[in-house]
Amino acid sequence: MKLKLRFSWDTSILIILAVVWVAASLTTDNFLSSINVSQIFSNTSEITIMAFGVIFLIILGEIDLSVASILALGSSMLGWSYAHGAPIWLAILICIAVGTLCGFINGWLVTKVGLGSLAVTIGTLALYRGIANGILGTNTINEFPEFWTGFGFDTIGTSFIPQSLPIIILFGIGFGLLLHNTPFGRRTLAIGQSPEAARFAGVNVIKHKIIVFTFTGFMSGVAGVIYTFRFSTAQADNGIGLELLVISACLLGGVSIFGGIGTMWGVIAGVLLAGSVESWLTLREINAQWRTIVTGILLLISVAAPVLINKAKAAKVRAGNKS
Amino acid sequence: MAQKGDLLLQMKGVQKRFGGAIALRGTDLSIRAGEIHALLGENGAGKSTMLKILAGVHVNDGGTISLGDKPFTTGSPQASIEQGIAVIYQEPSLFLDLTLAENVFIGRQPMKGVAIDWAQAQNEAARLFAELGVPLDPKRQARGLSIADQQVVEIAKALSMNANIILMDEPTAALSASEVERLMTVMKSLKAANKAVIFVSHRLDEVFAISDYITVMRDGATVSENPVGGTDLQKVIKEMVGRELTELFPKTENKIGDVALEIKDLTNPAYFRNISFTVRHGEIVALAGLVGSGRSEVARAIFGIDKYTTGSVKVNGKDLAKGSPVAAMAEKIALVPEDRRQQGLFMIAGVDRNISMESFDRIKGKIFLNFKKERALTETWREKLSIKYAAPSNPVESLSGGNQQKTVLAKWLATDPDILIVDEPTRGIDVGTKAEVHKLINAAAGEGKAVLMISSELPEVLGMADRIIVMREGHQVAELSRKEATQEKVIAAATTGSKGA
Ligand SMILES: Nc1ncnc2c1ncn2[C@@H]1O[C@H](COP(=O)(O)OP(=O)(O)OP(=O)(O)O)[C@@H](O)[C@H]1O
Ligand SMILES: [Mg+2]
Repeated sequence: MKLKLRFSWDTSILIILAVVWVAASLTTDNFLSSINVSQIFSNTSEITIMAFGVIFLIILGEIDLSVASILALGSSMLGWSYAHGAPIWLAILICIAVGTLCGFINGWLVTKVGLGSLAVTIGTLALYRGIANGILGTNTINEFPEFWTGFGFDTIGTSFIPQSLPIIILFGIGFGLLLHNTPFGRRTLAIGQSPEAARFAGVNVIKHKIIVFTFTGFMSGVAGVIYTFRFSTAQADNGIGLELLVISACLLGGVSIFGGIGTMWGVIAGVLLAGSVESWLTLREINAQWRTIVTGILLLISVAAPVLINKAKAAKVRAGNKS
Repeated sequence: MAQKGDLLLQMKGVQKRFGGAIALRGTDLSIRAGEIHALLGENGAGKSTMLKILAGVHVNDGGTISLGDKPFTTGSPQASIEQGIAVIYQEPSLFLDLTLAENVFIGRQPMKGVAIDWAQAQNEAARLFAELGVPLDPKRQARGLSIADQQVVEIAKALSMNANIILMDEPTAALSASEVERLMTVMKSLKAANKAVIFVSHRLDEVFAISDYITVMRDGATVSENPVGGTDLQKVIKEMVGRELTELFPKTENKIGDVALEIKDLTNPAYFRNISFTVRHGEIVALAGLVGSGRSEVARAIFGIDKYTTGSVKVNGKDLAKGSPVAAMAEKIALVPEDRRQQGLFMIAGVDRNISMESFDRIKGKIFLNFKKERALTETWREKLSIKYAAPSNPVESLSGGNQQKTVLAKWLATDPDILIVDEPTRGIDVGTKAEVHKLINAAAGEGKAVLMISSELPEVLGMADRIIVMREGHQVAELSRKEATQEKVIAAATTGSKGA
């Protein structure tokens, strides 16, 4: 028997995650304390929720840079409608509905008007946040019912599990199954691997893309709700810059920037890695600029690593697998 | 300069493994100057792997390779070119916007001082084309050149780099009969210039028509090497597949039923005009014609990949929506496309995922895919078409060309269509499996399915079809019944538009 190390990016990220945890708990006092672990989960709630949609888009060979702006627009609408007398449940629905609509608009512009998703969502990144500014201006709304503001911040009973975690797990299982165990997921991967072959296989590529853009918007709306209540704040600059974290979590998790490849558990590991590194740096009292730099470096590594690994593999095949 | 008969290349006991899969387990090959050497074998026998080692794409794990009295330096395509080895791939990769002369000399333009000497490049290219017996205009653009002529440009390029061993992996697979003739002329010119040609083909009639030597491979090892006079078709087939092959086109008489597919005045001005024909249940209709005559475009229009401007497509009497493969599949139409790499397969996805792609209903519970059923479906088709792969989850890009083609056939046959459109269904498939594919297509017709077949292989067309429709430059020029069709008549109609004698 020969021991074979199958070195792929999805598996190596688990190793990296373990290394980060060990290093972090050795260099800080309370990294693995229940409070801190709880913090990591709750701090990454919105990123995770949005990543569940964005992973499908990147696999399709598309991208959505506007997710954080959708979050902000949804959040502003939530605050505005609540402040104008809407019942809280209606305000929540409005937030999610606005998110869904924004996602649909992205999808429609990309597929029907035929603009690239990078260009479209750079545009809507500015547009959606601009509308949020128009609605709330510099106002912030932070009077929400107590029941809801605990959500995403409080833990379940006496445990250290944040209340948002079960929702995230449910979504994770749902979208994981959708990606890996349904025809819809297979078609998503197929379109990313070869849009032409997908058409020959009878996939309605345009409709498929619109659906994925739309539910990415939906998830950004959900993230908007959680964000609003976690910070008890509805304002126009909520979640600024989160789109980069979402995308880097996906790429860290082994989703190919060229489309066609990606796993749900890889992305979950990617989010946890990003969240853990952030938390570690915070505990070490490293200042915010440095944290941004680290995020940038992680993003670069996640784009470069799969390419480098493939090159190494190709070189190995060429050299003839003399093992 | 090599003399005729000099030993140019000798490969001994060459081995190659890909992970756990053994592609070559000790292959020998000897090539002499002024010789056309055919390399034959079943799909997956290791022919392309041999050529890729010589081309510097792969490095062998074992064995020795020598060029004349020097050892062969492996490792990179550049090194192979420098040692006088050139590869002509099945799909040439010319720069379509450049002229032919520019394509021949790209990166190595003759210089006059600091300027490129285009006059000399053009003269030189013209001389090479003339030497090859195909006087193309070196000043024209590559765009619009037929695949056969593009191959000629690639060969001229190889000659300009002083190649003396020219490798061709299934160069004729995408060519029609007259183009094959032309390529053969070129191969003979190469031979006359004391070059060596190694070529792979599954069209055995061609092999016997042109080659001097035949090497047969089986399961990664050399079975035999003979001068062409020292062997014959039956013997070669037996060495390839390990058994005798009785009948290549096992035509069965099927009950012909109602009209399944009715095409009327179908026009897309860019490709075809006023195409009208019907295909009945139980019938096999062939679309014959030269490559580029618009046959594939008609098939694509029927299946909804492209739109057409006027005309109609009816399925069992009902109009079929334009431009929608989804609608076509709902009417149980299947299209096995001509280009397996671009259109037929997801190259990085597993064999199993490719085969199940159009048949989710068969492997699905209420919502979720059942991976066990997917494996079973894959296994069924592996057996039916003897697809060769190490594991069902291996990406199809690791399969040999012929086995990729079988995978495309498998995925569409698995949908159990009522109307089966196949575009070059046996391209790159070995003789043994070809007979199996023909049996499957016949059996499909026997079950009452309507079959529309596009093929550039005349024996296949004549052997399989109940009716033959011939296209030429986008027009429907002849319709021949099985009884009246002969090779001459089809060729005459395809090339001159006349119904022939
Ligand atoms: N890159 C690769 N990775 C893994 N296996 C490979 C790779 N290339 C070839 N193989 C395997 O090596 C074997 C020989 O393949 P090869 O392409 O040489 O066959 P071939 O004789 O050219 O067949 P065909 O007539 O179908 O073109 C096959 O079993 C194939 O699956
Ligand atoms: Mg091959």
